[in-house]
Amino acid sequence: MKNRSLALSAIYIWLFAFALIPIALTVAASFLSSSTSELITLPFTLSNYQSLFSPLLLHILLRSLGLALVTTFFCLALAYPFSYFMVKSKHQSLMLLFIIIPFWTSSLIRTYALIAILKFNGLLNTALLKLHIISSPITFLYTNFAVISGLVYTLFPFMVLPLFTNMERFDFRLIEAARDLGASRRQTFWRIFLPSTKPGILSGVMMVFLPAMTLFYIPQILGGARSILIGNLIQNQFLVAGDWPQGAATSIFLTFILLIFMVMYRKPWSKQS
Amino acid sequence: MTRIKPLVEITNLKKSFGSNTILKDINLSVYPGEFLTLLGPSGCGKTTLLRLISGFETATDGQILLDGHCVSQLPPQQRDIHTVFQTYALFPHLNVYENVAFALRCQKLPEDEIKTRAHEALTQVQLTGFDKRDTKQLSGGQQQRVAIARAIVNRPKVLLLDEPLSSLDYRLRKNMQSELKHLQKELNMTFIFVTHDQEEALSMSDRIAVFNHGHIEQIGTPREVYETPESLFVAGFIGEANIFDLEITKADAKSACTVIEDKEMCCNNTGNFKAGDKIHMIIRPEDIRVWSPSEVKDKDTQVMLPATISEITYKGKTVDLSVTLASGRVIYASEFFDEDDGDLDYELGEQVFVEWYSGWEVLLPYEK
Repeated sequence: MKNRSLALSAIYIWLFAFALIPIALTVAASFLSSSTSELITLPFTLSNYQSLFSPLLLHILLRSLGLALVTTFFCLALAYPFSYFMVKSKHQSLMLLFIIIPFWTSSLIRTYALIAILKFNGLLNTALLKLHIISSPITFLYTNFAVISGLVYTLFPFMVLPLFTNMERFDFRLIEAARDLGASRRQTFWRIFLPSTKPGILSGVMMVFLPAMTLFYIPQILGGARSILIGNLIQNQFLVAGDWPQGAATSIFLTFILLIFMVMYRKPWSKQS
Repeated sequence: MTRIKPLVEITNLKKSFGSNTILKDINLSVYPGEFLTLLGPSGCGKTTLLRLISGFETATDGQILLDGHCVSQLPPQQRDIHTVFQTYALFPHLNVYENVAFALRCQKLPEDEIKTRAHEALTQVQLTGFDKRDTKQLSGGQQQRVAIARAIVNRPKVLLLDEPLSSLDYRLRKNMQSELKHLQKELNMTFIFVTHDQEEALSMSDRIAVFNHGHIEQIGTPREVYETPESLFVAGFIGEANIFDLEITKADAKSACTVIEDKEMCCNNTGNFKAGDKIHMIIRPEDIRVWSPSEVKDKDTQVMLPATISEITYKGKTVDLSVTLASGRVIYASEFFDEDDGDLDYELGEQVFVEWYSGWEVLLPYEK
């Protein structure tokens, strides 16, 4: 009992020191002013939030949301059947290993490696040309396609792992029970398998959607200067413009939007259990 | 029975997985409204036969007719047959009502018809008012009822039950046995029931098919398989049996005689045995009478075998005895407390005589 309360208080201290205080500091900073000599300074102001309501930010936000949604969609569309076959496969642990191995290399380096594939005279174009699918190289790099490819590639494991864990627990005898009761393959999938794997889908979507909004280096490397997303904007405000209060305000605003999404996702889930 | 057209007709059905033959040459007819039990030890192929009927396995050879139509190649969802699974396999994300309504929803029936029929099925299994319950909150017996309601709601031609009572405790199992039997009569539905519990099979079935090593040893009413087993396996699997390996000494059309414990004994020649044939003689423990020497008047004329009591087990309504015959052979006898024989105070080591009424034994040709 004593050990447990000790562990619990350790967790609370950790959360307090590394989650609550930084958030509180960010919130505080977002209401302060910037100056050239110091990072943040008085007086208190609401101007950082007022400047958020600009058409430019709205545009960036919508674009980020759109890209994150598309990324999440493709991750789910690829990872769902992939996880299913992984659960059904005899070589499960091997497949799992292949999912995990790329994690041992820095994600940044892997993103740079994607350039080698996507660039004008890169692997993809060479292959397509050799196969006579295209007659002249296509510009992949610095397009939305490159950004989405990069995001999907990086975030794919985060979709597979929760789905796999969920499907692994699925009782496949339920499939037989459904078929026995007259359900077609399609009905069995929509009425039994999909609803049973919903918790896996939801956590997978959360694990992919949230990082897809904020991973700034992938759009920066693969999307070039044209592809400013909300993550890049915050990074620019902090590190390029040196306007910490403005960066803090944008961060808080983004956190708030993501919180709304989380609440929306949680609702149908908690109703079930 | 034979004039009625069978509802399920299985002919020369074979099933093997690779070189491993699970079922060989199964021939079985199930009649409308019948309660048929597939009885056998685990691994005898009875569950495989059930899966062939429901469509989860495809037969290696032979065919299955349902109501005159060949269903051997049809997938499970196109067969008018539903199953109550051993593990119930209730859908965990659906409540009781939705579990029961599942089969109806798959047919896209109108909502009010689904409601009427689902409620009817829930009433039939005595689960009225459980609609909104989560299946995980139900007891084992209640989950069992949901599984049954879910399978009968669609009024299948045949209901398959795969050891549905095996995970219930003794008392609940007894209750469910009689409830299932009543339900079957009430619905007038054909039930094919799989069990390894011979007592369950005897008390519930119209007919029993006894399985062993992938083939049917005997099909008959509970009384037939119990009283006139056609093989040593059936005799040993259903109930207790004392089995003597003997040789026919003389025989004619009517009677066959043999020597048991140095005494000649003649019985009805049920199997057209000839002198010199080797046979098994089977006597049920409850058919054996145990007398104290004072109760026996003429021990030389009747076949009275002298014996010593070696074990006494008091069972409530019976006393089960192990008695050692003069040859050292041990046989089992169950004595009932009844008015004819009030004196059941046996003692270990007591000298007794055992006998059975001629005609109560079963003679079978010798099996290796």
